[in-house]
Amino acid sequence: MADPRRVHPLASHAATVTPSDAVCVAALPPATRLSLRTADAAAAGAALGFTLGTPICRAEAAGPRAALKLGPDEWLLLAPDGEAAALMGVAVAGSLVDVSHRSTAIEISGPFAVEALAAFVALDLDAAAFPVGMCSRTVFGKAEIVLWRTAAEVFRIEVWRSFAPYVWECLDESCREYW
Amino acid sequence: MLIIPCPHCGPRPENEFRYSGEAHVVRPADPETLDDAALAELLYMRSNPKGRHAERWRHIHGCGWFFNCIRDTVTDRIERTYPAGTAP
Ligand SMILES: [Zn+2]
Repeated sequence: MADPRRVHPLASHAATVTPSDAVCVAALPPATRLSLRTADAAAAGAALGFTLGTPICRAEAAGPRAALKLGPDEWLLLAPDGEAAALMGVAVAGSLVDVSHRSTAIEISGPFAVEALAAFVALDLDAAAFPVGMCSRTVFGKAEIVLWRTAAEVFRIEVWRSFAPYVWECLDESCREYW
Repeated sequence: MLIIPCPHCGPRPENEFRYSGEAHVVRPADPETLDDAALAELLYMRSNPKGRHAERWRHIHGCGWFFNCIRDTVTDRIERTYPAGTAP
């Protein structure tokens, strides 16, 4: 049950969304986020109900759940809000930490999403170098983020909540060029 | 911007990395037996070559892992990178 006192980190920013066909920024709703470190991905994935077989820097999405492989033995698990307690009850060989409230998610989409991101992200975001399904921790301006290309013109940004207004306002500036 | 090949993630922009000093510095099994001069040598003295240098880097804003790198300190050219714990 969500605590009614809970405030979305971008509550005061989301209202400033400018609708656009070129590039659109949206604050995503709260989610369950777990940080998993394990040497036995097959067993942990089976126990938790996630597919952890992807190569590094690739995400496996199944319905509302997704597993982002961020390191050789590290995954960021995403699930709908409110599932943390049940998932944290699963016994896993390794470390499983509930980081749901550490981050918030921003979605940037549209034909100019790559251009707007590239103002602050040094990664090569060409579809050949950063294809759909690729994900990685990286640097956005002065903030660390996890970037996941969920579709050809859609990216999900996971950012620590105190950095979220900074990332939002940076995107607001770089998107302005295409609005 | 330098492009640094992480052994785990592939080529990445340098702002995802942090430098971490000379590689292959062997830590003694019994540091309590070292005298002050030997300990100072171990802690503070590095080879600091002009040219080819084996060094540690960390992909801190990526996979988070340490790895080793052969870099030329004159040209800044990276010859290659390889996982931590493996020979140059
Ligand atoms: Zn890496």
